[in-house]
Amino acid sequence: MSGIDAAANHGVRVRVEACAKTFADGTRALESVTLDIARGETVVLLGPSGCGKTTMLRIIAGLEEADAGGRVLFNDADVTALPIERRNVGMVFQSYALFPNMNVADNIGYGLKIRGVGAAERKARVADLVALTGIEGLEHRRIEQLSGGQRQRVALARAVAVRPSALLLDEPLTALDAALRERLRHELNRLLRMLGVTTIYVTHDQAEAMALGDRIVVMRSGAIAQTGTPREIYFAPQNRFVAEFIGAANIVEAQCAGGALDLPGGRLPVANGTTAANGPVVAMIRPESIAVTAPDGARLTGHVDRVSFIGDRQRLTVGGAAARPLLVDAPNSISIKTGDRVGLAIEPAAIRLLPEEPP
Amino acid sequence: MRRLMFTAQLAFTLLVAAFLIVPALLSMLAGVTANYFRGIRSGLTLQWVAQVWELYADTIMRSFMIALATLAATLLIGVPAAYALYVRGGRLARTVEEIVTLPLAIPGLALALALLLTYGGFSDFRRSWLFILVGHVIFTLPFMVRSVIAVFAAIDVRTLDEGAASLGASPWRRFRDVIVPNARPGILAGALMVVTLSLGEFNLTWMLHTPLTKTLPVGLADSYASMRLEVASAYTLVFFVMIIPLLVAMQVFAGWGAPRPAR
Repeated sequence: MSGIDAAANHGVRVRVEACAKTFADGTRALESVTLDIARGETVVLLGPSGCGKTTMLRIIAGLEEADAGGRVLFNDADVTALPIERRNVGMVFQSYALFPNMNVADNIGYGLKIRGVGAAERKARVADLVALTGIEGLEHRRIEQLSGGQRQRVALARAVAVRPSALLLDEPLTALDAALRERLRHELNRLLRMLGVTTIYVTHDQAEAMALGDRIVVMRSGAIAQTGTPREIYFAPQNRFVAEFIGAANIVEAQCAGGALDLPGGRLPVANGTTAANGPVVAMIRPESIAVTAPDGARLTGHVDRVSFIGDRQRLTVGGAAARPLLVDAPNSISIKTGDRVGLAIEPAAIRLLPEEPP
Repeated sequence: MRRLMFTAQLAFTLLVAAFLIVPALLSMLAGVTANYFRGIRSGLTLQWVAQVWELYADTIMRSFMIALATLAATLLIGVPAAYALYVRGGRLARTVEEIVTLPLAIPGLALALALLLTYGGFSDFRRSWLFILVGHVIFTLPFMVRSVIAVFAAIDVRTLDEGAASLGASPWRRFRDVIVPNARPGILAGALMVVTLSLGEFNLTWMLHTPLTKTLPVGLADSYASMRLEVASAYTLVFFVMIIPLLVAMQVFAGWGAPRPAR
């Protein structure tokens, strides 16, 4: 069964070395970037539109050529000069790029046909992939008769049919509506874990990145802002951009003196060692790491400007504590209303100091 | 009041239509009238049509041969050219596309003159129907290229091309397996346009022909100049009978081949 033999093929190690991209019109899409991707690893390239993530994927795929000096390596082989058709990658496009002149089975089997796989074997493999992606019964449908989710599955089946060295996905869920996107994300996750092939996944959706990535590469203006596991990216952002792009974050600018931040609503101790220097600092605090307490005796106090009930929790906007209002996630069980004075408790370890960046 | 407006508009439309159609009908009628100057009273006959066939059958055959050869040439050159121009893209591609389109803006006579000046000295070539073929290909190629590029844009052929490439297909396999089958409506529309234009082409052909390489429209001009009016009219009738099915087919394919959305 293909699930098993595809799982036996974990693909290649991918190295992007000093790859930059300047388009003919002079647009600089990618600064010189170097990235190593382990065999069998799923790496998500995450960033806002125009950050260079798709360009990087297309350079790995062989659809774009990096500027002179850049190299792409699969294991130790330099594939920089090879066009996409000779790199043995599997690619899922945002618009799926399914062939309207072929039915579902022929789309899935096309890569095998190109590789000269015989009709009988091709048929068996297509059947395996159809089962693997849960599209039984659609084999003889035309592409225009499929729903968005079905097309997505066909595109994925087609891409993995060739047992690619690396699986490349360019915003594969973006064209779908929210509910379907969530369901397919789980399915995709299961499938990627099962295949275990080196996967590079481009998205602008941080929830997708968190759920799918072994590692996330956050990109900004053509450069890598941070690389790390989802936990590292979330809890230990290295700069303000990453902190604000991933999840909700309070960015607090304050003076640091004697191991504590001087805030309008009180003094907030930071963890030992995280602050040797006194002076102006930028700190990040996640809303869920701020606890609401009674105002009396609290180190930090403020007043509730707004309460948004979300369901599993309520999000408060608390003014007067820091220079800018703080977002605070409170349990849904406590009773609180606009105008209440509250105390805020923050573990020193939950305060992350960020390097000051030039604006 | 509204009814009156509608009636007035309908009457006006019919009047304009009649103004355009009646001359064509009269001309065709003249082709089957025994004596045009005595009118219909002189009786209907097919003798003029028969005479046209006798005198000009070779021009009709030649026209079809040239039209089909033109079609073959524009398919062989135009479809791959459109693929290269569209998929490669870029400034160079746009420049080439403009150059290919240029013959549309230049009078046929000027094109013919240029061909005569350049190749008129190669007398074997000058005397053969291939000389006319070259003119027709230059003139009809932009229609094929444009029509194919339009369908490429509609089905986002660049992504389809990348999709096929990602599965390992060489440029030729992509062209054969994915590009051409999905561009078929545009290729058909272009093909019909090329055949129709080639059959009816006069400007260029009139300059390029020799007495032995007359085409249908050149023969028509010849018959107007030197034959009875009835013969020339019968010739028009023959021309209509041949060209109208082509025009109808063109319309049918245009509607039928309206590109389906690719996703």
